Amino acid sequence: MTVSSRVQFARTATDLVQTDPSVALVYAEISGQFFGDVERRHPDRVVNVGIREQLLVNVGAGMALTGMRPIVHTFGSFLVERAFEQVKLGFGHQDVGGVLVGSGGSFDIAGGGRTHQAPGDVALLDTLPGVSIHAPGTAQEVDAVLRRSVAGSGVHYVRVVEQANGQSFPYAPGRFHVVRRGAGATVVALGPVLDDVLAATEGLDATVLYASTVRPFDRRGLREVLRSSEGSSPEVVLVEPWLAGTSAHVVADALRDVPHRLLALGVGRGELRRYGTAADHIRAHGLDAAGIRRSLDEFLAPLGSCA
Amino acid sequence: MSLMTGDEKHSAAATSTLDVLRVLYERVLDVSPETAGDDRRDRFLLSKGHGPMAYYAVLCSRGFFPEEWLTGWASYDSPLGYHPDRNLVPGVEIASGSLGHGLPLAVGTALGLRAQGIGARVVVLVGDAELDEGSNHEAVELAAALGLDALTVVVVDNRSSSYAVPGRIEKRFATEGWHAVTVDGRDHDVLEKALSHREIGRPNVVVAVVAVVEEKR
Repeated sequence: MTVSSRVQFARTATDLVQTDPSVALVYAEISGQFFGDVERRHPDRVVNVGIREQLLVNVGAGMALTGMRPIVHTFGSFLVERAFEQVKLGFGHQDVGGVLVGSGGSFDIAGGGRTHQAPGDVALLDTLPGVSIHAPGTAQEVDAVLRRSVAGSGVHYVRVVEQANGQSFPYAPGRFHVVRRGAGATVVALGPVLDDVLAATEGLDATVLYASTVRPFDRRGLREVLRSSEGSSPEVVLVEPWLAGTSAHVVADALRDVPHRLLALGVGRGELRRYGTAADHIRAHGLDAAGIRRSLDEFLAPLGSCA
Repeated sequence: MSLMTGDEKHSAAATSTLDVLRVLYERVLDVSPETAGDDRRDRFLLSKGHGPMAYYAVLCSRGFFPEEWLTGWASYDSPLGYHPDRNLVPGVEIASGSLGHGLPLAVGTALGLRAQGIGARVVVLVGDAELDEGSNHEAVELAAALGLDALTVVVVDNRSSSYAVPGRIEKRFATEGWHAVTVDGRDHDVLEKALSHREIGRPNVVVAVVAVVEEKR
């Protein structure tokens, strides 16, 4: 039976705590409904800090200072935005590792309003050196990336959201999966936008690349696709379900000597000041299949045409 | 300490901590250059990273790094900065400078040691004005709730906080369930007794009062 990404996160995290005595789980009330059993069994390694997000992050970092591998979790807005200096100093500047798991993303909690929407999380973490950023597209990908990140080293951010793809891909950090090959534009789908990207590019002669690991970014893979594509069409389209343009600088750097045009789609900067559902917000930011197709058609229209 | 010049802005902050640091390293903490990498060592976290001259001087005198490092401190090639960095200086447990991080990190450190069955102590030094930062109060509440008796906070109180209320620091910790005492921060024997005490089942705070100064950060 398939479960939501968030339930999968809780199951995998629970399993990791139970099987590896060096793993700790630190959370701040959020998702506590999933952790009661494992907290009772391992009260020293499963710690609810209450509604204290600055403390949440530094408690995880302090446990890492003693050699443990912490999983640190709350909503992305509070984990990354509210406690950003703790991430920067507690983990980054101390140079200790841990796995930060933020749920909610850009619009899971659309009805909660701006306070619970964090489209800037990836861009913020991208300002810190060496942070691996993952946006798994399915529950299965959540399981794989969490296990690999916990078993690995360094700081990882895992963005767990309800939006999901129909197909899971093997964990391959820093490598694009080529989902579709075409002779035209190259569309890069990051995280759980792949289904909408595939629907939007239906009938277009486009290449579609997919990655759930956003940092490190597969610069070489992108260059290779652009170079090998027949007729070497220089159009690149980024689709990422967080702040638009977050990955544009990486594409610009990867293609510094490759003439290209870039369209960077994502969540707009303006505050919608709307509630509703995730689907409403995905549509409002032009990230549903129809919206992506509209942007693609406009971007790919022959230059000089005045439609 | 006279070898380190250039941070006179923080010299009062540095000398305010000297007695506490000497007592900790000479009489209380079970840590030395030989055991600095040992999982079971006592941890000292300097949260108030400002004015670290006294800290560097004490670490140097205990043999953690050579005296030559002290001259030229805070220059581009020196490992010793105006705020200490655990990745650059042997014996330094955390990189500090931004206030309000050391105590939360100490809570995590105490939890990490407890989860691994290690009985070592975690002593964290904060300034009275540093307690302005709300992040400390998140840590004060949780440490008591979880009964972190390996943890000792030493508040070096040089009355530098704006809006200070006399006696508030000890009372606040005590209200949260800490074992709390206020002592003369210049008297080595009194400091030794207070800092050596380890209350069972409760975290400890020692408010070490030193001379009143005018300095603000």
